Amino acid sequence: MRDVAVVGFAQAPAVRQTHGTTNGVEMLVPVFREVFDSVGLSKGDIGFWCSGSSDYVAGRAFSFIAAVDAIGAFPPINESHVESDAAWALYEAWVKIQTGEVDTALVYGFGKSSAGKLRRVMTMQLDPYTVGPLWPDSLGIAGLQARAGLDQGAWTEEEMAAVAVRSRTDALDNPLAQLKGSDSAESLLQQPYIANPLRKHDCAPITDGAAAIILAAGDRARELRSRPAWITGIAHRIDSANLGGRDLTKSPSTVAAARDAGFSHVDVAELHAPFTHQELLLRKELSLNGTRINPSGGPLCGNPMFAAGLIRIGEAARQVWDGNADSALAHATSGPALQQNLVCVMEGRD
Amino acid sequence: MRTCFTHLVTSLSAPLNLAFDYTRSLGPVLGRFMTGLRERRIEGIRGTDGRVHVPPVEFDPVTARRLTEWVPVSTAGTVTTWSWVSEPDEGQPLNRPFAWALIKLDGADTALLHAVDVASPDDMSTGMRVRVRWAAEPVGSIHDIACFEPGEAGEDPAAQGEPVAEPISMAITPVRLNYMHSASPEESKYLRGLAEGRLLGQRCPACQKVYIPPRGSCPTDGVPTVDEIELPDRGTVTTFCIVNVPFFGQRLTPPYVAAYILLDGADIAFQHLVLGCDASEVRMGMRVKAHWRPRDQWTTSLENIDHFEPSGEPDAAFETYSQHL
Amino acid sequence: MAGQLAAVIGTGQTDHTAKRLDVSMAGLCREAVDRALADANVDWPDIDAVVVGKAPDMFEGVMMPELFLADALGANGKPLLRVHTAGSVGGSTANVAASLVQGGVHKRVLAIAFEKQSESNAMWALSIPTPFVMPVHAGAGGYFAPHVRSYIRRSGAPTHVGAMVAAKDRRNGALNPHAHLKQPDITVESVQASKMLWDPIRYDETCPSSDGACAVVIADSSTAGEGAAWITATAMRTEPTTFAGRDQVNPQAGRDAAAALWRRAGISDPLAEVDVAEIYVPFSWFEPMWLENLGFMPLGEGWKLTESGETEIGGTLPVNPSGGVLSSNPIGASGMIRFAEAAMQVMHRAGAHQVPDARTAMGHAYGGGSQYFAMWTVSSIKPS
Repeated sequence: MRDVAVVGFAQAPAVRQTHGTTNGVEMLVPVFREVFDSVGLSKGDIGFWCSGSSDYVAGRAFSFIAAVDAIGAFPPINESHVESDAAWALYEAWVKIQTGEVDTALVYGFGKSSAGKLRRVMTMQLDPYTVGPLWPDSLGIAGLQARAGLDQGAWTEEEMAAVAVRSRTDALDNPLAQLKGSDSAESLLQQPYIANPLRKHDCAPITDGAAAIILAAGDRARELRSRPAWITGIAHRIDSANLGGRDLTKSPSTVAAARDAGFSHVDVAELHAPFTHQELLLRKELSLNGTRINPSGGPLCGNPMFAAGLIRIGEAARQVWDGNADSALAHATSGPALQQNLVCVMEGRD
Repeated sequence: MRTCFTHLVTSLSAPLNLAFDYTRSLGPVLGRFMTGLRERRIEGIRGTDGRVHVPPVEFDPVTARRLTEWVPVSTAGTVTTWSWVSEPDEGQPLNRPFAWALIKLDGADTALLHAVDVASPDDMSTGMRVRVRWAAEPVGSIHDIACFEPGEAGEDPAAQGEPVAEPISMAITPVRLNYMHSASPEESKYLRGLAEGRLLGQRCPACQKVYIPPRGSCPTDGVPTVDEIELPDRGTVTTFCIVNVPFFGQRLTPPYVAAYILLDGADIAFQHLVLGCDASEVRMGMRVKAHWRPRDQWTTSLENIDHFEPSGEPDAAFETYSQHL
Repeated sequence: MAGQLAAVIGTGQTDHTAKRLDVSMAGLCREAVDRALADANVDWPDIDAVVVGKAPDMFEGVMMPELFLADALGANGKPLLRVHTAGSVGGSTANVAASLVQGGVHKRVLAIAFEKQSESNAMWALSIPTPFVMPVHAGAGGYFAPHVRSYIRRSGAPTHVGAMVAAKDRRNGALNPHAHLKQPDITVESVQASKMLWDPIRYDETCPSSDGACAVVIADSSTAGEGAAWITATAMRTEPTTFAGRDQVNPQAGRDAAAALWRRAGISDPLAEVDVAEIYVPFSWFEPMWLENLGFMPLGEGWKLTESGETEIGGTLPVNPSGGVLSSNPIGASGMIRFAEAAMQVMHRAGAHQVPDARTAMGHAYGGGSQYFAMWTVSSIKPS
């Protein structure tokens, strides 16, 4: 396998609502400029491009096509797109570098989550014959998962609130976070349920946002960043879509992806858990004891659909670049109740 | 279309509604399941490992083998987990607060997701017993189960289905989603110009090309277009087609011409109608001018120009537009 | 050739038709997948990963349908990747699957692409009125017909060339058991007598709307046996939908992709070295247009190859012996069908539409406003 590293990362501010288009252009133009400036590259230096976005988030077919305007994609570019969180676009780009055809790749994702009623839009991911027609929304589905864990004693509402408090407190140091600072867990637990057993603090906010990452191989990576975040393993897996046919308190796909990615121990983990109980579930499945979790504040403080998983990889890489961590894990999820999961393990080399 | 100015200094926004009734063919397994529901009975299917799946699955989740062994299951079962809905949404089974629940029917090994009709979350608990409440007029859909309610099977007098002659093979699934669509700041300037009867393009600061509509990002340079250029309402037909085919939502009676029109001073053509002459007279290079609708009908739309029509000028030379094909 | 060797070891297609009302989406996909696994002589445990391609989710009204289809696609517990690059997606999906083997990540990958257009109405999904965007009142072919007119003007092609393509592809479709349209008795004259829809495009020169799926199994050199179709090159290129000075007849992205493809495949004279091509031709005139764009013929002369009959089976370069998109168009799958048909030709498994002795074939797909391009070349000879 070729050595590939994350060398560049930029993201738009996570905000409740932008006033731009659903094709991401207004968010992506400054993000591309920042990520290029950070490594001294320009579009002509990029061997492969890959993006992640969703037509249903945008409310329009082919919504990703206009996004290439933000690149200035002429002369034509070597490009692909996944209808998934852009973390999977990063996976495709990593594979492309593994073929030896290219040495650099730029990966981006965007989502104007505010354009539609997000919790209802996400219903469109469910089985269209026996589940979707009932219109269960994303909070209702997450609530089923949270309750399953509460009933089994896998987590408690107090632990869930503590995740929110820690995330929002950490987000005070993240200038791009949407939610920052927190009341105590005790006062959060006094708040009403919005999808019992979930309270507002248990759920990621609705966020418009975008992000871009630059990958580079071998010496190219060393030229571009003094301490690249080398990807030592990246893998993803999917579980059954049948919510009533799997144990919602477990995530076999995360465990298998982590095993394939060669995960054993890391200093820092950025987990794409849009609900507090999902972070607790992932920590348990990955046995993340003593690992620093989501120093960025994580998705509970800003969750741009189809970019938030990619942002986890960027935030984890930043911890390596800055020397805060020698090893880091980034996790991304897709689908209802953590159906599909990706694990990317990175390390710094001195 | 209602146009609302949500953000006066930047972007125009307007509702964008997706509404369609999808026609889902069900295939042998889901078709049989839905046929059963219409007869007020529930059937599961046995997986490779012996587990009984309800709702039935066509292919085994572990081995991916096609499944064929049907197993009748009870209309009552046990709640395995639940969440509470305090504000029901369009299309959901109940229009008053209710619980979503995963329910393992007696005889099944997987749980079905549905609604439970109780007054309050205090009435819900994992492990509670619930039974189907059938819809008054089953049609062969998951909505034939109106919801679940606390109780055991066999106590519901409505649970007496009639055998059905024609098996169910299709399901109609309405999808209704509402969005707010926004134009880019650059496009919004152009749209507001149209409302005043002006054609406002913008120049890319990098390549100097004039775009109409202006762009949030020049497609070749990746920077927003900036310098505003007012363009005349006349130009050249670069290429076109004659529409002879009727189709859904059509405004005009065929034949008519849909053409690419390159406004004088612009570096990119846009599509519009060319009327005011016989369709067979339209040609590449023809000079045209805008025919505006009456001023009192103007909105933030290019539709303020009803169509383009021949201007009477001599045709443009091929070389003047050959780079725009 | 980049990375590890990869080869197609099996292909499968549904019986494409306007409305496959006898199957669910899972059933439609599995018809193609089960045929591909059988053709490859492999079983589910042999598959390391699944790649799914499909055009817009609004066609079926399911967001990321690969999620709910995961079990039916045998992906439970495996990696599953969803590609969406507009109409080129079927080709892109095959290329991404190939890269998983070429990159040394997996040994055997299943790629599947599908579209079940009968779940909705493609015209509806593509023409939802967008605020602030003036409806063009041109319909489905109205986007491409003006560019066909531009091609005819620039090349001086005689107007019967489009009809020749349509008649050839529909006759070829009659040789293909999977084709949606089978018209063995169609003639150039009957095409020219069909209704003019979007002048200069006639009814018989347009693709149908189909339900269908296609699957291919791609394997590495240690698991691919005899008779495989070796992937000698892949290429993808994208350019924006519109920009000042864009050549919409002969897009640069297509030219660049083809140039990269031939270079990587070691092909210096495509017309002489390629035995058969499956090219994405949804409207008849795109055959001569793409023959030029792909470098098979010089600029302005693509129509001459068609007019001389050299794109028929038995000609210098048979184009779309399967009947092509003009005979079957399950949008998201159409590109993969081109790629699979190219592989079938060099595997000598194309049945009645087999091009004799085909050793080198190319598959091509494009999408969006002629702006997304995906291609591959396959060979019956294992690269050394």
